[in-house]
Amino acid sequence: MATTHVAAQETETAVEPQRVVNDLSIQVATVNGSGSQTANTVLLRAIFQMGIPVSGKNLFPSNIAGLPTWFTIRASKQGYIARRKEIDFLVAMNPETADEDVRELRPDSAVVYDERLSLNRLRSDLTFYPVPFDQLVAPVCPDAKLRKLVRNMIYDGVLARLLGIEMEEIQKALQKQFRKKAKAAELNWNAVRAGYEFAEKNLQKADRFYLARMDATRGKIIIDGNSAAALGAMFAGVTVVTWYPITPSSSLCETLIEYMKRYRIDPETKKATFAIVQAEDELAAIGMVLGAGWAGARSMTSTSGPGISLMSELVGLGYYAEIPAVIFDIQRVGPSTGLPTRTAQGDILSTAYLSHGDTKHPMLFPCSVEECYTMAIEAFDLAEELQTPIFVMSDLDLGMNNWMADPFPYPEKPMVRGKVLSKEDIERLGHFERYRDIDGDGVGYRTLPGTDHPAAGYFTRGSGHNEKAHYTERPGDYVNNMDRLAHKFEVARRRVPGPVIRETAKPEVGIIAYGTSHWAIVEALDQLQQEYDIDPSYCRLRAFPFSEDVKEFIRRHRRVYVVDQNRDAQMCQLLRLDLDAEDVKKLRSVRHYNGLPLDARSVTDAVVTQEEVK
Amino acid sequence: MFTTATPPAPPKKVNRIGLEIGTYKGSKSTLCAGCGHNAISERIIEAFYELGVEPHRVAKLSGIGCSSKSPAYFLGSSYGFNAVHGRMPSIATGTMLANRTLVAIGVSGDGDSASIGIGQFVHLMRRNLPVIYIIEDNGVYGLTKGQFSATADIGSKLKTGVVNDLPPIDTCALAIMLGATYVARSFSGDKRQLLALLEGAVVHRGTAMLDVISPCVTFNDHEGSTKSYSYVKDHDEPLADISFVPFFQDITVDYEPGTATEITMHDGSRVILKKFGADYDPTNKVEALRVLTEAHDKGEVVTGLFYVDTKRENFLDQLNVVDEPLATLPESRVRPPKQVLDEVMEELV
Repeated sequence: MATTHVAAQETETAVEPQRVVNDLSIQVATVNGSGSQTANTVLLRAIFQMGIPVSGKNLFPSNIAGLPTWFTIRASKQGYIARRKEIDFLVAMNPETADEDVRELRPDSAVVYDERLSLNRLRSDLTFYPVPFDQLVAPVCPDAKLRKLVRNMIYDGVLARLLGIEMEEIQKALQKQFRKKAKAAELNWNAVRAGYEFAEKNLQKADRFYLARMDATRGKIIIDGNSAAALGAMFAGVTVVTWYPITPSSSLCETLIEYMKRYRIDPETKKATFAIVQAEDELAAIGMVLGAGWAGARSMTSTSGPGISLMSELVGLGYYAEIPAVIFDIQRVGPSTGLPTRTAQGDILSTAYLSHGDTKHPMLFPCSVEECYTMAIEAFDLAEELQTPIFVMSDLDLGMNNWMADPFPYPEKPMVRGKVLSKEDIERLGHFERYRDIDGDGVGYRTLPGTDHPAAGYFTRGSGHNEKAHYTERPGDYVNNMDRLAHKFEVARRRVPGPVIRETAKPEVGIIAYGTSHWAIVEALDQLQQEYDIDPSYCRLRAFPFSEDVKEFIRRHRRVYVVDQNRDAQMCQLLRLDLDAEDVKKLRSVRHYNGLPLDARSVTDAVVTQEEVK
Repeated sequence: MFTTATPPAPPKKVNRIGLEIGTYKGSKSTLCAGCGHNAISERIIEAFYELGVEPHRVAKLSGIGCSSKSPAYFLGSSYGFNAVHGRMPSIATGTMLANRTLVAIGVSGDGDSASIGIGQFVHLMRRNLPVIYIIEDNGVYGLTKGQFSATADIGSKLKTGVVNDLPPIDTCALAIMLGATYVARSFSGDKRQLLALLEGAVVHRGTAMLDVISPCVTFNDHEGSTKSYSYVKDHDEPLADISFVPFFQDITVDYEPGTATEITMHDGSRVILKKFGADYDPTNKVEALRVLTEAHDKGEVVTGLFYVDTKRENFLDQLNVVDEPLATLPESRVRPPKQVLDEVMEELV
């Protein structure tokens, strides 16, 4: 086996490869439906419990069982949690992809593999660890039907031995996973131990990767973005939830159902302080959200790109009729079959202007699980404050993968329910005009159906209404209304979350990114500085419409790279529409659209290549 | 705003909550003179007036089409929502989820419900959402000038001479099969029957689906149409003579024993069906579907209350939603305390 750098050491005999501690990525290649999720989650948690910053990404097919699936775990003492392109440690369990997976590895990587695959024939510059999985699983799992599911736990044991993952932490993680199923926990634990003991007896450590206890995850939680958004919705006081199953968004509402059943049942009456309905399609889901929003409930739905397309017509109605609504878009790759289980930031432009006529909608861009939670709460406040549909633009990477985070903060301020007139308000005012801009912010006052005052009722329609909500087709009335809506959108610019800006001493190059790209950007910024002496400023967008700060950031820099996880540079295009001509020229685009989460190296390479052209 | 100065006049007639019928009127109809939909709006006004429903408790929902414009023409001080084509059912569902104390009346048309909106129509029926669902059924698209809809009968002819050769969708049969719990067909020209059916629908606590044949005087009232005034008058076969006795009236209706069926509604109101001919049991689904199928075969327009079930739980009860409107629950009841967040966070460590 070839070794790379040999450290200058005083000893003249054994030359050990330089140890790489707490900086590696493991890729587990399995077959979908083989129960590998448990083995991978346990592995991830055990590393996390050892205090090592860790992230996990599930790259899975649109399939229940049989197609290849990969899970990558990255441990990073520096705290980088973006996907890393390079794999150090491969666990090859899937005969179908094993050869290709091995061929793609860099020299000096290590491979744990099912003995029967004889992968060591493929290359001579890797460390190979053959493991007889079938032989090991049989004695620990007498029930042949369960073997397929338990088999994968063996690699947890093998990796524990080879990398130095503490067995107590694996056991703890297993117990957490199987909370109330002691038998299943024991069965799986025996498989882990069988793997560990086999490795101890038969495998000679020959690679340079190690994991060792740190103290960088104390007090942190692990959660996926969809669960975080569900928590946010519950603490935002959502009362009506309608949804239609679609990957990668389904787990948001499914988790929300679990939380609401636990925490939102009235203690006295045992009745629900919420209604959750699985609709017949996305058209009905958004229709119910709008009906409920119109009647005054905090209502939401969750979907992905195809659902957004279907909701288009009614979202336009929501914009014109000015109805609060919260729509979570867990973005993924484009239509129909193929890559619906792969991540993308694919709906930016279509959502910004979703529907027909002149429409535009505020969007929030969470980059982390914590922001999935906080922005869910903000979205409900904004929807009622601005009386319009608000989109929370998450993605598959954020929504369905597990991420480390600090515990979420309890909401500090009370719910903002917006301008709603009560019976007493109308008695005091003597009149009510639904679409009149009394406060100069473009937002009128509304009443809720059921308000007991003869002047409270009004008729809601799409395009043709005047300030009193009376039917009109008069050109002047239409223009007034459209101008007020445009003004309201300008007001939204100041109310939505502003960007997070990290500015360098000498602003010349800037990077603009949003959502999950953030994690690749923070790592790329270090790479650019350390490897190329390029020190860009960084502006992380958190909402559309863009605040004035975003424009100023671009004004201050000469070249600004806008990072998009889509082919058509959608955010870059959206920014162009907002800028003066001279600033438009500064924008350059970095695009990533292969279905995989963005990695730092891709950003660094793209910026460096374009920086050569000044 | 709602009372105008008028010279002294004899005291006006008011309903049981002290409101005049004028309070239940809407703005002036912009539909064609003679349109069946206008007659339906008048019956709706009467039904809500006579039952003394407070207008502020009423939500009027509609989709798109001539029919869907009509909620502007009744109950002017109620809350109205004219949505998009075929999507009234979801808007109505959301509204009732948010505030179950409302009385929802959805007005749709045959195009709006049986074509573009059939998906939402069938799912609302199967949920048994508490809503009065009216299809103003004329067999054509009026606002787009006279194309066939999916309720047009086989052989019915358009003004242009085009003959419909596809079987009609019977929205009543569909509603019965799918779980609606008060299903009827009527004719906009039959004031008495329509009013009684509407009043029964208002007090019913489940989905009340009324398909009301409502001739289009402009595009579908000619010779050869099966939805014209004259055709429906000639072929109308009422199942029974229907009358409605509201819960607040202590009226005994005289009928010979065995000649009428009396249905007691949730609030104690009664729907009384006096037989015309053979026995008809409105609680029997199979019977209802048989009658509808035979009517199609014979080219008859059977009208009346086909099916009623006052026992089935409605959607909101099934969801076990609190009695108060979800929309206005205070923060203390919808935002769990900090201990809950702490507990959840602890589990995620």
